[in-house]
Amino acid sequence: MSQQRWQFYFLLTPFLLWIGLLIIWPHFNMLEVSLTERSWTQGDSFSFKHYLLFFQQSLYWNTYLRTAWMAILATFITLLISFPVAYYIAKVAKPRSKLALLMCCLLPFWLSELVRAYGWMILLRESGIISGLLQAIGLADAPIEMLYHDATIILGLVYSGMLFMVVPLVSSLDSMDNSYIEAGFDLGGNRWHIFWEIVFPYAMPGVVSGCIIVFMLNLGNYLIPNLMGGKDSLWFTEMVYTQFITRFNWELGSAFGILLLVLSSLLVWLALKLSGQSLSTTVGR
Amino acid sequence: MKHAKTLVALALSSSLVTAAASAETLRLLTWGGYAPDEVIALFEKETGIEVKVTTSNNEDMISKLRATGGAGFDLAQPSQDRITGAQQAFNIYQPIDLSKVEAAQMIPSMLAATKANTELNGDVYGVPHVWGTSGLVVNTAQAKDVKDYTDLCSSAYEGKVSYRMKRPTLIGFAYAMGEDPFAAYSDPAKYQAILDKVEAKLIECKPVVKTYWTGGDALINLIRSEEVVAAMAWDAGGWKLNRDNADVKFVAPASGALGWIDTFAIPRKAKAVDAAYQWINFVMQPEIAAMITEAAGNFTASQGSDEFVNEVAKAQFQESFPPADLDNIKWYPAVPPGLEEMEGLALDRIQAAN
Repeated sequence: MSQQRWQFYFLLTPFLLWIGLLIIWPHFNMLEVSLTERSWTQGDSFSFKHYLLFFQQSLYWNTYLRTAWMAILATFITLLISFPVAYYIAKVAKPRSKLALLMCCLLPFWLSELVRAYGWMILLRESGIISGLLQAIGLADAPIEMLYHDATIILGLVYSGMLFMVVPLVSSLDSMDNSYIEAGFDLGGNRWHIFWEIVFPYAMPGVVSGCIIVFMLNLGNYLIPNLMGGKDSLWFTEMVYTQFITRFNWELGSAFGILLLVLSSLLVWLALKLSGQSLSTTVGR
Repeated sequence: MKHAKTLVALALSSSLVTAAASAETLRLLTWGGYAPDEVIALFEKETGIEVKVTTSNNEDMISKLRATGGAGFDLAQPSQDRITGAQQAFNIYQPIDLSKVEAAQMIPSMLAATKANTELNGDVYGVPHVWGTSGLVVNTAQAKDVKDYTDLCSSAYEGKVSYRMKRPTLIGFAYAMGEDPFAAYSDPAKYQAILDKVEAKLIECKPVVKTYWTGGDALINLIRSEEVVAAMAWDAGGWKLNRDNADVKFVAPASGALGWIDTFAIPRKAKAVDAAYQWINFVMQPEIAAMITEAAGNFTASQGSDEFVNEVAKAQFQESFPPADLDNIKWYPAVPPGLEEMEGLALDRIQAAN
């Protein structure tokens, strides 16, 4: 008995160390830093100054809401594109091509995100390939700038999030018995009804877990908004980065970090409530 | 138990090994091009000290040193205006022992200016290394009437200009708008008034800008592909582009180019301090300094190194800086703490404005 307990705690130790030292402790530390007002004349003191600043400067909460809204939009578009792809892989494709199709989704992810972002930049820039092609076939008579817009950010986010949406969708659709669909047709349902009444509800856990993962990745993305975004585009993670690295304002940066954590937790909770799912039925499967 | 002992022994021996190695290692925190491989090879050959280079920029240097309280590096190269503020706020440097620096190798006026600018309570925290300016890089075939920072707002170049969202832009525009921001450094209220004016101007200019460039490579691509015809940039970047495309020139703006001096500063918890002084004296030799000029594109504070620099670089320098423009360079004074917070807010507001 005591041997078993010992083993249990021994195996638990790496997990406890990881969650304690790398997740919980830094977050408490960040919370403490965010509630500190630093002054080199009077020393440190407790203050809500940085959180107040966030609400006083419309710039900060505007960026906060904009980032959340664009991350949600990108997640939704990712879902729209990924669902047919996942359905095809799970239900339509022959077992032999299934693996090949999944590999096709996976392959781009063997490159780093930076390289993929630069790939898009080469395609979209004013003197880039797509602009040149449109001019060559006569659809445009001057170079077109497709980079540096909000839409470019969404495009980049959708592209980088696809895989994380497709895989959970495939795994949840895969387990669905085809006879459900056949029964639906037998009972006189049309495609539209069968999709909404049978397929989509069945895939719901996959949809929610895919959305949660993709949303988290989008919200925390730094590279794509920075490289592909335009002069008006400010992403909240970029603000956290600038506060820490270029402004040396760790206190405000920490406050932003905590606020971002609150936002993502809140939105995930909301998504679970609205879809009637729970963490154990989606991510925990 | 036995395992624990082995672990402790391992940890001890590995820390001994690293300690022994670091006595022979100089950990240099610097800018790209300031420590070319050939210079490092010569230094290693002469002194036997291994050099480990980490390339960085001003803000990143301060952040890195702040995170460790001035440990992890033996020599850093922040700009002279960014030393005293960071030192007051975070205490990350140690004073320079001027008796260990061969002052005769340095251009006297530059050494004196750097000493004055990096002095804090009677101690000097920096000696000069590389200097340069930021101004305008202009494609003279397509935008020859861009003469000053404010010309970047001209609607004639809509979608064809670029600059950074960093403090030099604010300061350059302030000068071009007839203000004197450096004189207002000590007066926050006045500085804020100047910032507000510049902020309004830059928001007004936003439709003209193609994008705010973030890295040197991105800018060079934009100008090389002629997507951008005028930009605010460093002289060295302009000269580099000039070698590929003779139309692209670095122009000192009418209101004055902004001059910076990158220094040598020793972090507070540096281990190989002697090696740091050896490196400073080594790279300030005229021949070596000329090699750094070749690599970095900028000139150094080394006395007499001009003679060893190639003719192209010399000609480019003279074309960009006729004597009057050279005298008109505005050298950055030390940034007082707290100022960057004000600038930061202005920069964020400009970026977020529609």
